[in-house]
Amino acid sequence: MQLKPLARSLAVAFSILAVAGCSSTGGTQDGDAYGSQSGSTAGTGTGSGMGTSGTGQYGSTSGSGAGQQADSRIPEVRTIYFDYDRDTIKSEYESVVMGHARYLQANPNARVTLQGHTDERGTREYNMALGERRARAVQRFLNIQGVSPSQMSVVSYGEERPAASGQGDSAYSQNRRVVFSY
Amino acid sequence: MQTLSKAWLFCVLLLISSVASANLTIEITRGSDQALPIGVVPFEGGEGFPEDVAQIVQDDLERSGMFAPLERSAMFERPSQASDVEFGTWRSLDTRYLVVGRAQQTGGGYQLQFDLMDISGQTRMIGETVNVSGNDLRGAAHYISDQVFEAITDIRGAFSTKIAYVTAQGLGDNMQFGLYVADADGARSQQVLTSDQPIMSPAWSPDGRKLAYVSFETERPAIYIQDVSSGQRVQATSFEGINGAPAWSPDGRRLAMSLSKDGQPDIYVLDIGSRSLNRLTDSNSIDTEPAFSPNGANILFTSDRSGGPQIYQMSANGGNANRVTYTGNYNARGRYSPEGDQIFLVHRSDRGYQVARQELDGGRLVVLSESTRDESPSVAPNGTMVIFATQQGGSGFLSAVSADGRSSFRLPAAQGEVRDPAWSPFLN
Repeated sequence: MQLKPLARSLAVAFSILAVAGCSSTGGTQDGDAYGSQSGSTAGTGTGSGMGTSGTGQYGSTSGSGAGQQADSRIPEVRTIYFDYDRDTIKSEYESVVMGHARYLQANPNARVTLQGHTDERGTREYNMALGERRARAVQRFLNIQGVSPSQMSVVSYGEERPAASGQGDSAYSQNRRVVFSY
Repeated sequence: MQTLSKAWLFCVLLLISSVASANLTIEITRGSDQALPIGVVPFEGGEGFPEDVAQIVQDDLERSGMFAPLERSAMFERPSQASDVEFGTWRSLDTRYLVVGRAQQTGGGYQLQFDLMDISGQTRMIGETVNVSGNDLRGAAHYISDQVFEAITDIRGAFSTKIAYVTAQGLGDNMQFGLYVADADGARSQQVLTSDQPIMSPAWSPDGRKLAYVSFETERPAIYIQDVSSGQRVQATSFEGINGAPAWSPDGRRLAMSLSKDGQPDIYVLDIGSRSLNRLTDSNSIDTEPAFSPNGANILFTSDRSGGPQIYQMSANGGNANRVTYTGNYNARGRYSPEGDQIFLVHRSDRGYQVARQELDGGRLVVLSESTRDESPSVAPNGTMVIFATQQGGSGFLSAVSADGRSSFRLPAAQGEVRDPAWSPFLN
């Protein structure tokens, strides 16, 4: 029962190209992907700014002023890492998560899948649950920042999709992660 | 003089055979000093057959850890039936049991005849004519192993069973996964499913016809039930969140599983026929890795409700759960022994993760495996061996240990990483 891996990898490759196109060319391309729809729904609902770029009006809760003109682009850093057996978002990654929060608020039609991962130590199904805890911790954080739950979904891969091979702290620390997948 | 030359020949042949045995696919990593010496004489007439039946029987018996087979090269007599056996010859080789046999081709396949001799008792214990349809000489050999094993140990043989396992290659977003079924000795592997998304946690139905497993092929986890021979399958669950750790009830009508659709992962039981779902746990903790007790009355599961993961048991209808494990701060994925009185589990010690055994009603936890990354124990249906996944040199493969920890062997690795083994029930 072959699941057409070629077709899927082509689709994945295509979507990577599309995303890459968005982030490299900024505002106009982004409008093609998400902005046109968000434009049509602008002004309804939450009142967080959207659609137009660079006005700096979005994040009613963010207020940091960082990344004013960047909120029309998917943030480039899309992976954050965790300590062993922990699901707390480390302070060094808070700005990364905040960036995604601003982007999602600025683009209400954008959808992100939060992919939770663990290192290989421990049993597979228990790690599936730990990976979900990490992804849900990020989901809660984004929700508190005002991101709509409808924009987020969570998938845990547990230890099944390691980013780095091998045993030892170096590989393990690269595998304990949450990936923002748009 | 004659005995001396025989002994000399014996030594030379031993040397030769120890070189030749390096080619064996199965690697016995630990032998038991209590293993019974047995000889399995090559079957007369079977020389040109596609499979060496006596060798398969010998390997089966050796793998069980309960037998120490005599090297074939040390057999300077090769009887093929009970009346030809010179008991004195085999007693001088310290052989306690002897399997002799003969083989011939028939119209539709093969006919095998074997006798099992008790050398010290100077008796024929059992003997049988086995008709093989088609090419299934391996199946016939495993059947003979089962008969020999049971006649000597009083324990039903599990050599005619199968194992399911998962293979994985690649990293991150670029991976290939496979689900396979093979004979219990790793031979005759057959692909059940391949995917570029994870496949996990295969579990045999009690009749040995179906596998339940987790597949991410829709880019999120879902539980499927697949008929192994026809390949037909149904999606059993695809709830939001985790759909994991499927485990069959002994009557084959229900599937216990871990679902996180209502928050933290909890244990649920799905009635496969009616599709009704019954929630058994409702805690603010991780509850996963359920297993039905052999009589169907109870469910074992992993929970971190007390902090780290520990193993608990509750009624199969839910209700209060009793903690089973107390040794150390990580015990997970418990599996009952066929009698239901013991559990096999993954235990974390200072040395890493190992397969361990414990009495269900408390008692000392006994570590059985020796590596640092052992997981996914699955018990043979006769309770004598536990197969598990381990790692060495960055590569994952399957290993097995006897339930008493005395002997162990490695299974021949297929390509890539091999993991998540599941030992089938008895199939005959």
